[in-house]
Amino acid sequence: MSIEPEGKNASMQEKGESKVESGARPALQVSHVSHFYGKRKALDDVSFVIEPGSFSVLLGLNGAGKSTLFSLITRLYATSSGSIRIFGYDVARDSGEALRRLGVVFQARTLDPDLSVMQNLAYHAALHGIGAKDAKRRAQSVLEQVSLADRVNEKVRNLSGGQMRRVEIARALLHNPQILLLDEPTVGLDVKARADIVAHVRSLVANQGIGVLWTTHLIDEIAMTDDVIVLHEGRVLANGVAADVIASTGAPTMRLAFAKLTATELGD
Amino acid sequence: MTAITSDQAAIKPRRGFTLGQYWICLSGIVWREALRFLHQRERFVSALVRPLVWLFIFAAGFRSVLGVSIIPPYETYILYPVYITPGLMAMIQLFNGMQSSLSMVYDRETGNMRTLLVSPFPRWFLLTSKLLAGTAVSILQVYAYLIIAYFWEITPPSPWGYLTVLPALALSGLMLGALGMLLSSLIKQLENFAGVMNFVIFPMFFASSALYPLWRVEEGSPWLATLCWINPFTHAVELIRFAFYEQITPISLAVVVGCTIVFLAGAIIAYDPSRGMLIRRGAPSE
Repeated sequence: MSIEPEGKNASMQEKGESKVESGARPALQVSHVSHFYGKRKALDDVSFVIEPGSFSVLLGLNGAGKSTLFSLITRLYATSSGSIRIFGYDVARDSGEALRRLGVVFQARTLDPDLSVMQNLAYHAALHGIGAKDAKRRAQSVLEQVSLADRVNEKVRNLSGGQMRRVEIARALLHNPQILLLDEPTVGLDVKARADIVAHVRSLVANQGIGVLWTTHLIDEIAMTDDVIVLHEGRVLANGVAADVIASTGAPTMRLAFAKLTATELGD
Repeated sequence: MTAITSDQAAIKPRRGFTLGQYWICLSGIVWREALRFLHQRERFVSALVRPLVWLFIFAAGFRSVLGVSIIPPYETYILYPVYITPGLMAMIQLFNGMQSSLSMVYDRETGNMRTLLVSPFPRWFLLTSKLLAGTAVSILQVYAYLIIAYFWEITPPSPWGYLTVLPALALSGLMLGALGMLLSSLIKQLENFAGVMNFVIFPMFFASSALYPLWRVEEGSPWLATLCWINPFTHAVELIRFAFYEQITPISLAVVVGCTIVFLAGAIIAYDPSRGMLIRRGAPSE
């Protein structure tokens, strides 16, 4: 695997396009995306592909461009250049079809603390055109998955940070998306809550074939078999299976590989 | 678990949404706004106390100072509290519209706005639904005020006035909510909202026909009267005033409808991912 951005981007682009043509569309395809804030370039020709049923980690420090990329994929902003496709649907041109296939867990807490868990989930269901009866059935199902079915009528305010995160994951799954985006989902959680959430999302990949893009700056959340995209100062420096990324740099660990790639170090 | 995996239809959903799904989305947004309102009791109380302070204290104090001559739609001399009631009804909606925009800025900062905007429904529809939800809440507040005003003997000439004022309230609520929404897209941070209070709410309210008839203003300052006349809030007040008396003012109706369209279109453009202010403003809220 190459760690040269140009070569890697080109190869990923070919990979993504061939998939679309063959009918097996990538869950997420980011092609040559650049984005500016005024004159500041936040993303520079970013390309990668997330396959259905894969666990991909977008690794980068704060300010690397992760949140910008997240905003572009969820269409808070439109891309300055390049394209983003979700199961072949262009996020800019066919946003409705793209977004209905996407589940999102934002970094900031987005549950309404004054409403109950069920009320929060019902609101999300309505935003996807799912009626009350169906919403209730689905909510029970997704809450069982995150072991919070007994807290359905609890006010969100009374939940712990880890429980809120699990409710947000349940909410993101409510409309049966086939790709799930999580923006630093473990920030601010204790060790056990972190481990629970990582394990749960991995089980979604393994058991339900959901594609996951997990952004983080925490190295220990990466397994050797995960796909890793190293983003630094708006550019993709490496992309591939974690073990290959490490091997390509000649470093013994991901931490040192990252340090070598970015000429910097990760915090704890 | 089984519901998720077995529901293959959702994996390959059919294109677009049905009218029924649009309705579900709209009612979900209105329902959440209503729930939030009910949970924020202090918001309800302050929404009610504000006009009542004006009615019971300000209007009572000026009752004998300000004489209001017979001007349409009134056919007799009226007491000052009766005159300012339509202005206070519009004031409730003005504050509510701005408060909704405050909540949108707050929502954007905490991420709730992003939850709304990541919905697959068209963005114009989501923003319009949010606007309708805020308007519905403002109408509830106005009727709560009218119930109290009733016991203060401020009533329309016939009970029908309570019904005929409803479309006027809906229109003025939409206009003021759309204005708030447009402003919310321009405000970068929550703290800047204090500026909106000073530079939008107070000038709009005082430079209008809410507290004094325009002929009175004109006596003191013709240019101020002109300013009041071109203020859309004046037309919201007059639309409500006439509708409360089962009448229509075509000019005010046209101004309110026109301003609603302009403000809402502006808000939709401002919240458009590719053209709007969000993109120019800088990095996303983290």
